[in-house]
Amino acid sequence: MTTIDEQAPDMTVTQESVASGVHDEPGHRYLSQPGRIREDRRFVTGSGCYVADITPPGTLQVGLVTSPHPHARIVSIDTEEALKIPGVVAVVTGAELAAETNPLRQYLDVPEVQWRPLAVESTRYAGEWIAAVVADSRAIAEDGAEVVVVDYEPLPFVMDPEHAAQDEAPLVHPSHGTNVMAQRRFVWGDVDADRARAGRSTTVTTRWNRNSTVPLETFGAVAQWDQHRDVLDVWASIQMPQFPDQVAEALRIPSNSVRVHFDVDVGGSYGVKRGIKHGVLAGFLARRLGVPVKLIEDRSENMHGGDFHGPDRLFEVELWYTADGEFTTIRIDVLDDEGAYPGRSPLQLAKPIGAIVGPYRIPSAAYNATAVTTNKTGQVAVRGFGQSPTNYAIEAAVDAVARDLGVDRLELRRRNFIGPDEFPYRIPSGTEYDSGDYPGVLDKAIEISDLTSLLAERDDLRAQGRLAGIGFAACLEYQGTASFRERDDVAHRAVIDARGREQKGSGSANALITAELKPAEGGTLVDVATELNVSGRAAQFGRSLLAEVSNTMVDEFVRRLEVMIGGGDDSPSVSGPEPSAGGSGSGVTGSAALAQDDLDVVRTIALPMLRKGLPAIAAALIAGLIGMVVGRRQRRVAGPGRIPVTYVLPYPEGRERASFLP
Amino acid sequence: MTTDQYVGLEVNGEWRNCATSARTSLADFLRDQLGLTGTHLGCEHGVCGACTVLLNGTPIRSCIMLAAQAEGQSVTTIEGLSGPRGELNAVQDAFCETHALQCGFCTPGMVLAVQALIDSNPTPSTEDIDEAIGGNICRCTGYVQIREAVATVVAGIAEEDKVSTS
Repeated sequence: MTTIDEQAPDMTVTQESVASGVHDEPGHRYLSQPGRIREDRRFVTGSGCYVADITPPGTLQVGLVTSPHPHARIVSIDTEEALKIPGVVAVVTGAELAAETNPLRQYLDVPEVQWRPLAVESTRYAGEWIAAVVADSRAIAEDGAEVVVVDYEPLPFVMDPEHAAQDEAPLVHPSHGTNVMAQRRFVWGDVDADRARAGRSTTVTTRWNRNSTVPLETFGAVAQWDQHRDVLDVWASIQMPQFPDQVAEALRIPSNSVRVHFDVDVGGSYGVKRGIKHGVLAGFLARRLGVPVKLIEDRSENMHGGDFHGPDRLFEVELWYTADGEFTTIRIDVLDDEGAYPGRSPLQLAKPIGAIVGPYRIPSAAYNATAVTTNKTGQVAVRGFGQSPTNYAIEAAVDAVARDLGVDRLELRRRNFIGPDEFPYRIPSGTEYDSGDYPGVLDKAIEISDLTSLLAERDDLRAQGRLAGIGFAACLEYQGTASFRERDDVAHRAVIDARGREQKGSGSANALITAELKPAEGGTLVDVATELNVSGRAAQFGRSLLAEVSNTMVDEFVRRLEVMIGGGDDSPSVSGPEPSAGGSGSGVTGSAALAQDDLDVVRTIALPMLRKGLPAIAAALIAGLIGMVVGRRQRRVAGPGRIPVTYVLPYPEGRERASFLP
Repeated sequence: MTTDQYVGLEVNGEWRNCATSARTSLADFLRDQLGLTGTHLGCEHGVCGACTVLLNGTPIRSCIMLAAQAEGQSVTTIEGLSGPRGELNAVQDAFCETHALQCGFCTPGMVLAVQALIDSNPTPSTEDIDEAIGGNICRCTGYVQIREAVATVVAGIAEEDKVSTS
């Protein structure tokens, strides 16, 4: 289904320069001035505007009745006592809500798994919302919630994902017939032959435990229905671009009837601020009651039934290798606990396919991914949602092989790294790694961490009877690609083709960057021209926002360039150009993490998708130019940068959909 | 339960007299009745420190104190630290300068905890600083830059003293 909002018209804007600030000269502006963060001023004075601070006149507050059972049939709900309390305006149950709304969006084709803000007929996790009490104040709403009497008939429940996957396990959604929400098996290459060649294998099971990032601000939503304009205004603590569409879909109103105020300050998210059920419930109540409605979770509601819990993944990794420690094939089985409602979480199981063998030369691979439901709170995108769990599993297996062979674990990794001279390298699942120097990155990590001292420190601690250890991980994640179209080390000019893809697959950003360094009075003139091409949902945000983002990106690029040139003796000891070692498609973690985390490219909450897509490009840019820059080390660069920027915004590509899923 | 009573107290230098229910927390009173939304609620059980305000100059958690308990006393909220035209005071300025915040949700409580420290001890040791902010949770920064902010304020005070005595 495509909504009209997704379609951004073709736009081409040529911007010769972006002038702002006191230091600007016509056609040029200074970059890299030390600066403060614009929003900090309002935060240190207590003038931020978080969702709890938004209270339109006449606002009613919501309190929630939540389930104490992991799985139970809801026999009856008695709201009579609650409605007698002065100040309680309404009590709404799941049945009433379900009659007038659509289920919340699942990203799998599982029509029998119906996820709604308030449970209908049965509750499937402790903390699930059963009824909403609306009152003059939150305190009165809580009074009301306390006296709503729910008669539950407890049902068998399943907590353990391995148990859930078995046939005799209690079913979380009986009409679906199984707890398995998705299961896919992949085989790439001649696994049997590679096993035969290996002769030996080690199998390691690991678990990436369910965890949370716990933002200090809980989730909240305020909704107000304008019956004369048919517009639902929503203020929420969100970071999710699909929020308006999904709220509209659930409330059975057109998406252009939902106006989400994206300028609300968010008190931390770390991936968990999705809040679809909160938005739909508040929106429903606001429409039904004709007054603004505010739903702010307390900490207990947040931790039990809110968007809070991260993935819980069980891995079994079987690594085959020769007596010399050469890896020949790998099998990765993963079982992911989605909680009671899968939402979009199973899509993440597809992500490791892009780098299924990590940084290693492994000619074949098998990958078996299973997503199951359990009677636990639904999984959301707690940080570390990408490839981290898989990296952890692979690296644990590599360590086990080293132990089995009695080989040094770093030596074993070096032996199996794809060599700097082997690029471009196509891994069995099809991704082409463009370039990289993994042994070089490892050397650097050892040097920076001062491994010798660390080992000595570890041994000292052990001598004192304490437990101490040092872990290693070499991993690789698909982020984007960058390649040189043209490079002239003498003239210090390069054209780089960079491609980043939004991590959830709903948009992409490509850039063609021409960068030139010229001697100038008092420094080096950094001349960067960018052609930025954004597609997918990101494009709907329009060119002015994209311009801002792009400028910020280029600013950041130049800032880092300056740090590198101006750093004198502290300049990184990179020898020669390394187009993307560490920065893009084929970097080994360490420098990749550095490049990405250091970049606060997009400061506006309106562009969370670009926030994920563009850093990859910026990282690629930076990595790509290090070699050129280091060759021109000068004490100081504060030169003006000219930034002609061209934007081309085509029609978007298809809607978010992982090819992994059936 | 909903019995209202009058509470009179000084908030940011101004005397305020308001009717409120006996069970209203000081935090809810400040936020909902006086509109001082800079006081944030993170946990509502005295753990996270986001709701910190100064009661007669001492940091307290306004989520676990009743408004009625503040009767006749002096409360300073984050809104009371800056000047009439939004000028930042030294602590606020140092937080901005050292990037001691990201999402800003813990910041008001953090700034007030530091303010109370500086007011009572202009030359705090590292341990004093850690102790002063030890009751305030920040999920974004990792605390290093917050310590830096305090050090910046302390250095500023030392510089001022040098100037005034020379």
